[in-house]
Amino acid sequence: MAQKTHASLWPGVIALAIATIYLIALLAAEQQRLILTLLVAGIAAVVVAAWLGLLESVSGSFADHEDGLGGCAIVAALAVAAFFHDNHFVLLLVNTVLLYSVATLGLNVQFGYAGVLNFAGASFFGIGAYTSAVLNAQTALPHLLVLLVGGLLAALVGSLLLLPVLRTRGHYAAVVTIAFALLFKTFLEVNDVLGGPQGMQVKGMKILGWSFNDNIEIGKISLSFYMNYFVVSLLLLVGAFVLVRRLERSWIGLNLDALRLDETAANCFGLDIARWKITAFLIGNFLIGIAGALFGMVGGFVAPNNYTFADSLILVSILLLGGIGNPWGLIVATIIVVVVPEKLQTIQEYRFLLYALLVIAVLLFRPEGLLPRPVRRYFPGWRP
Amino acid sequence: MSALLEARNLTKHFGGVLALDGLDLAVAPNEILGLIGPNGSGKTTFFNVVTGIYSADAGQVSFDGADVTNASGRAVYQAGISRTFQRSRLSLPLSIFDNIMIGNHKRLNQGLWFNLVRRGDFKREFEESYAAARALVEIFEPALADRLFEPVAGLPMIDRRRIEICRALIGEPKLLLLDEPSAGMTHEETAELMDDILLVRTHNKNLSIIIVEHEMGVIERITDRCAVLNFGRKIAEGPYRAVAADAQVQEAYLGVA
Repeated sequence: MAQKTHASLWPGVIALAIATIYLIALLAAEQQRLILTLLVAGIAAVVVAAWLGLLESVSGSFADHEDGLGGCAIVAALAVAAFFHDNHFVLLLVNTVLLYSVATLGLNVQFGYAGVLNFAGASFFGIGAYTSAVLNAQTALPHLLVLLVGGLLAALVGSLLLLPVLRTRGHYAAVVTIAFALLFKTFLEVNDVLGGPQGMQVKGMKILGWSFNDNIEIGKISLSFYMNYFVVSLLLLVGAFVLVRRLERSWIGLNLDALRLDETAANCFGLDIARWKITAFLIGNFLIGIAGALFGMVGGFVAPNNYTFADSLILVSILLLGGIGNPWGLIVATIIVVVVPEKLQTIQEYRFLLYALLVIAVLLFRPEGLLPRPVRRYFPGWRP
Repeated sequence: MSALLEARNLTKHFGGVLALDGLDLAVAPNEILGLIGPNGSGKTTFFNVVTGIYSADAGQVSFDGADVTNASGRAVYQAGISRTFQRSRLSLPLSIFDNIMIGNHKRLNQGLWFNLVRRGDFKREFEESYAAARALVEIFEPALADRLFEPVAGLPMIDRRRIEICRALIGEPKLLLLDEPSAGMTHEETAELMDDILLVRTHNKNLSIIIVEHEMGVIERITDRCAVLNFGRKIAEGPYRAVAADAQVQEAYLGVA
């Protein structure tokens, strides 16, 4: 596999362009029959492309030109947002995808790299959201700092779990996080200061006097106020993506893989197991918390029922679906898991059934996820 | 000459079983010591106690002048002891390069800031490490040197064994513990591997090796001295030929006629 020539950039660009157009079509479609047709056509197209070997060249082009294609992906996101610039519903959906992606990137650092299974993802997301609810109402803290505090608080509260997580392994650590998720919801429900079961309002974001909850008028064009949030969410996702990518492609990423795969051997080669597990757990929770803090402001409302164990399971299912350890796969999986049930209204009540079937199908037929994680390449396109 | 590694009265129980029973063992700098004995005589347990996987119930271990009794695996590695495992413990989904770099842990900059932000400096360290890993692999198997970014999972046993030894050697340890390197390999493969190990030793004169092995041909060929264990005790010690002729050793291996 020592190919000395670089793969072409174009397969990646073309694939991204097709995916973007497809996504716009799917988001714009209203008729249930059309949506269903689009979904079936999409699945068929991917299967045929895989059968023809076209996906190989796409992944080759992503491996060698990741920075350039990352830029293209940002343009693609902007194109989607521009197309739906006055559509509140779609932009809210796009925001949800962006912020869930950030949260699953956090989970990925914990589970995908360090092997610490966190079944309380939605709880830490909720800690971020409640942080913005409380701080925006009670303090004059600049809202960008509120996001940061949301992340830090999620990491801090998460450190309560560190001792049990470090002392137990595998499933036992997972059970500890499940217990936390259940406790967290109960804590919110009985706590009147935090609005109890009814939850509380979150004031919209405001940066330097620019209120995010007003629609934007530029000449004759009117943009949905969600466009403000879209920009911040996208920046957050790009930042989180770069952070997670760099983490994976460093000695730290290697340490995390080594201790996940064989703790005994890792210890024999001097790895400080506790240090790296803690690092991964805190970074993961920090990302989840920041995403939650922004999501609280986007939605304008927080309630205990939005941050249940079931929501944590959805986050984990995104991870399994996307390909554990592959950030690109996680974004694709988040789009599927967030967008499909929203568009396919007929399926609404059966969405958990859909998730369950999807995860079972993935585990059976593609256990490493839709986009399996490739072998680590420290620098895209690097050749000896 | 003072010993590099010295164990005195080392004792380890597993329930009622005495895996190590007051074992005294020493290896000198630049020496290859063969550790032989029937199955269950405590050879691997000795490695596991030295490398911090098990803790000793009694006795001391000193290494390079410092006391390392019941030191953690980390501390032992930092002090300069590396090992391979009887059953290969490579990380199969990771690449050859990644697996070797795990053994280079102490020489790589592990700072968060360095790894995440100073990517230019990181790249330099990465390229140096790549060159070092490549040079080491080339000694063992030149064909593998061009395949460093392939996953280990697809490699045959002998290549995995080689990579495991490269992982143990990349950090330039003072003492290498080899736990049955020939397990699962043919005679020819084993011979080839031993040649490679001797070759590495010509590059690194200060390397001492303790090797646990059932292939007596290997022991005879590469060791300077042998220690024979039985029921956790040392029953004989000396050059291979002398030890092999020892009546007690023959009894331990073959039983009493």
